[in-house]
Amino acid sequence: MKKIDLVIIGGGPAGMSAAVCAANNGIKDILIIEREEALGGILKQCIHNGFGLHKFKEELTGPEYAWKYEKQIFDLQIPFILETMVIEITEDKIITAVNQTEGYFQIKAKAIILAMGCRERNRGALNIAGTRPSGIFTAGTAQKLVNIKGYLPGKTVVILGSGDIGLIMARRMTLEGAKVKAVCELLPYSGGLTRNIVQCLNDFDIPLLLSHTVTEIHGKDRVSGVSVAKVDKNRKPIPETSQYIACDTVLLSVGLIPENELSKGANIKLDCVTGGAVVNEKRETSVKGIFACGNVLHVHDLVDYVSEEAELAAIGAVNHIKNVQQTKKSAIIIPSNGIRYVVPQIIGLSECTTLYFRVKDCDENVTIRLKDGETVIAERKKRKTTPGEMERIALTKEMLSIIKSAQVTLELAKEDASCERN
Amino acid sequence: MRKELICIGCPMGCPLVVDFEGKNLIHVSGNTCPGGEKYAKEEISNPKRILTTTVKVENREEMLSVKSSATLPKEKLLNYMKIINGITCKAPIKIGTIIIKNIDNTGVNILATKNC
Repeated sequence: MKKIDLVIIGGGPAGMSAAVCAANNGIKDILIIEREEALGGILKQCIHNGFGLHKFKEELTGPEYAWKYEKQIFDLQIPFILETMVIEITEDKIITAVNQTEGYFQIKAKAIILAMGCRERNRGALNIAGTRPSGIFTAGTAQKLVNIKGYLPGKTVVILGSGDIGLIMARRMTLEGAKVKAVCELLPYSGGLTRNIVQCLNDFDIPLLLSHTVTEIHGKDRVSGVSVAKVDKNRKPIPETSQYIACDTVLLSVGLIPENELSKGANIKLDCVTGGAVVNEKRETSVKGIFACGNVLHVHDLVDYVSEEAELAAIGAVNHIKNVQQTKKSAIIIPSNGIRYVVPQIIGLSECTTLYFRVKDCDENVTIRLKDGETVIAERKKRKTTPGEMERIALTKEMLSIIKSAQVTLELAKEDASCERN
Repeated sequence: MRKELICIGCPMGCPLVVDFEGKNLIHVSGNTCPGGEKYAKEEISNPKRILTTTVKVENREEMLSVKSSATLPKEKLLNYMKIINGITCKAPIKIGTIIIKNIDNTGVNILATKNC
């Protein structure tokens, strides 16, 4: 069986950043395994701009951001194989993959970085009633059809879900001549970035119907329209508010699911909220020597943070391969009071680290606190929070040295009105 | 006049409060960087956007992604789309290559954003 120091599964933004970082830190025996015909992952079809502001201090499109890393992979001569599907990984780090030239083959790795990304939730996940005509796409599929294949999948469109891909596609379809009649969002707020509501919907006068959902899809061979209704506070449609919107296409932008089938096969412990692995500050999973980063770990809104995370996983993998002793003392972080999840779930207490988390609800003037019992380890004030935007809190060595317990909590507290006035 | 805007300069999306008279900016608050003021100034006088789209490549199956080298007047984006959709280019093309020079006399070029 072929032996390789570091195998990276997935050649998207996470996999490419991890590979470049590992190579720059002295690991030469690397293999990236990618299932598509080119590196770049989802960035290939994200032709809009807004990438790289944190990482490169310039505004790039998706393909340009991907190229920054592809170029380094070529320059550093990091090996990669394309059109190859990994079908199994095991706890002892044996990778089984298939492709057309080599057929079925296995590799034994010293370390593995999981960078498989995520997939879109589809109609089946929502159980929308109605017929099953053509013309129903996930927003990402429509994005691929328009931006890569050059086909416009429809002329009059209703979009369900206001995630970023849905908002981006509302603008893209409009620019290509389609009429986007409405974007419906079940929740009372959008799951996308505020800037996308402005530049994708408001710029083109596309209505955003908050607290609305599609209750039925109509049409025989092709979609002919949808029934849309307002929902009550329990998210149940109110029948008397139902309206019919004629359209030939429905796009769904209703959430992303980390693709962890391979991780499950390797008995990696998963977090039931993020859908990704439970990791420590090095992004190491419950299986030693297997690391995870990017959207397979938790769904990000910015690729810049994916790259950052991938570099942490790469350093972790490099240290594992070089047998660098890791510190033992660590604490588990429990998200409570208004915090939906936190990554990493476990932190070592000897080096500074950053927590990435999402809140449960939209709120104003809140304080996020990391607490060990009643002792406040770190806190951060926020003027506005929304579940659609990932938050960060940086922890210094000094802060971590205060932690005595094996469990600490991350919580959100609303400030008193009196504090607000001061 | 007072208007509330969301800065689209970066994913921070700072909520701005903008005081202006006609097309003249008087005061901006809520921005966390100088970009917010620049955005507000442009947004009340002549709103502009970066345009990203695709161009047909006659000898490739996949489209070529392109972007405008600078922001373009917002209300004319659909006009520029017509011009861009009217052309076809030929591979190989390197990332950064000018696909359309000085589109509609704006001084802005349309550039390839990938290699093909």
